[in-house]
Amino acid sequence: MSVDLQAKQIEPLRNTFGHVAKYVKGNKPASRYEEATFGAQPSTNFHYRPTWDPSHELFDASRSEVVLEDWYVLKDPRQFYYGTWAMARAKQQDAVESSYQFVESRGLLDAMSDELKQLTCDVLMPLRHVTWGGNMNNCNIGAIGYGTAFTAPAMFHAMDQLGVAQYITRLGLAIGETAVLDKGKQDWLEQPHWQVLRRYVEDTLVIEDPFELFVAQNFALDGLLYPLIFETFIKDRITKEGGAGVAMVTSFMSDWFKETSRWINAVIKTAAAESEANNQVITRWANEWSKRAEQALAPIAEIALQDNAQAGIDHARAELDTRSNKNGLSQK
Amino acid sequence: MSNVFIAFQANEESRPIVDSILADNPAAEAVYSPGLVKIDAPNRLVVNRETIEEEIGRDFDLQELHINLVTLSGHIDEDDDQLTLSWDH
Repeated sequence: MSVDLQAKQIEPLRNTFGHVAKYVKGNKPASRYEEATFGAQPSTNFHYRPTWDPSHELFDASRSEVVLEDWYVLKDPRQFYYGTWAMARAKQQDAVESSYQFVESRGLLDAMSDELKQLTCDVLMPLRHVTWGGNMNNCNIGAIGYGTAFTAPAMFHAMDQLGVAQYITRLGLAIGETAVLDKGKQDWLEQPHWQVLRRYVEDTLVIEDPFELFVAQNFALDGLLYPLIFETFIKDRITKEGGAGVAMVTSFMSDWFKETSRWINAVIKTAAAESEANNQVITRWANEWSKRAEQALAPIAEIALQDNAQAGIDHARAELDTRSNKNGLSQK
Repeated sequence: MSNVFIAFQANEESRPIVDSILADNPAAEAVYSPGLVKIDAPNRLVVNRETIEEEIGRDFDLQELHINLVTLSGHIDEDDDQLTLSWDH
């Protein structure tokens, strides 16, 4: 007797879950990102309204002035779901770790002059509290925002902000003792030149519209802060004056800023393109908050860049304006 | 005129690669068999790094495609940005 073995192709009747298939064109298999994102937002059969906000459902798109037919259009171009995000960050963490090893084994931070160490700490240490604000705000977007495509990356972003705060802390501890961190907190609370920024951060903590919060924190504030501090200040000043070690151990921040800008741009661009009303309201937020952020950062640019403060601010501003234009926001 | 082809294991990782190849090579055709997807193209087939990067939303090293590559035919012209199969010398 002979046994005839044959390979047979069995066509699956369905390529993905029904709630995902609605968003994937042409009955194609869905990617992991699509399966983790589409249709995951609870939308019906809520039991009762939250006692802390009886005018809205627990998950309610009307918490934002931005109106979208379908909040799943706010896709993340990086296609992050928990797995890919965690793997990407783990890789970056390894890179930072080896930078620290290099910097510490060669004493690059110790080799810096006392004035330069002082300047680095004066500018960077209070930023721990700014990124903590960024963590809170993005958590809040995750909590009150609508649509997993929007809220899930916001939650990743919140954890990233916490990571940035930790990297700054670690740099502080590598340069000095815990006194450096205490001094940073004291500056944040008491030094007049930090108070405008502190006010900005504290005001964003109570914004009730998740999309406005997104614009105020991720686009306006971070969009000016990162180019100013991690590009201009660290690259053009600290590095040139002998602090290349600082640049090495903060390289995550500039890479992260570039990477997350893609996501932030995509969200703003898509939401603004959906309707004229959206465009107007987002433009208004972007203009108002970026103007305030610029004012808040001016005194910090003074201590960080001294004579070049205005040039640093202008450079960051120009970069943000380019992004506004590319995202289709009408200018002022 | 004769075909060149490239075949990958059919899985989650190779799907965006296959999609980008099909997008870049209008004449190419994918043949699915159990666990395998083979892409045939007349004379010439090109794999572009940029198209794959757009598809998957992250940086891609073309060497990564070897993880799921099963077989190919044609003369290879390869650099950091593209891999071309053809019968040219």
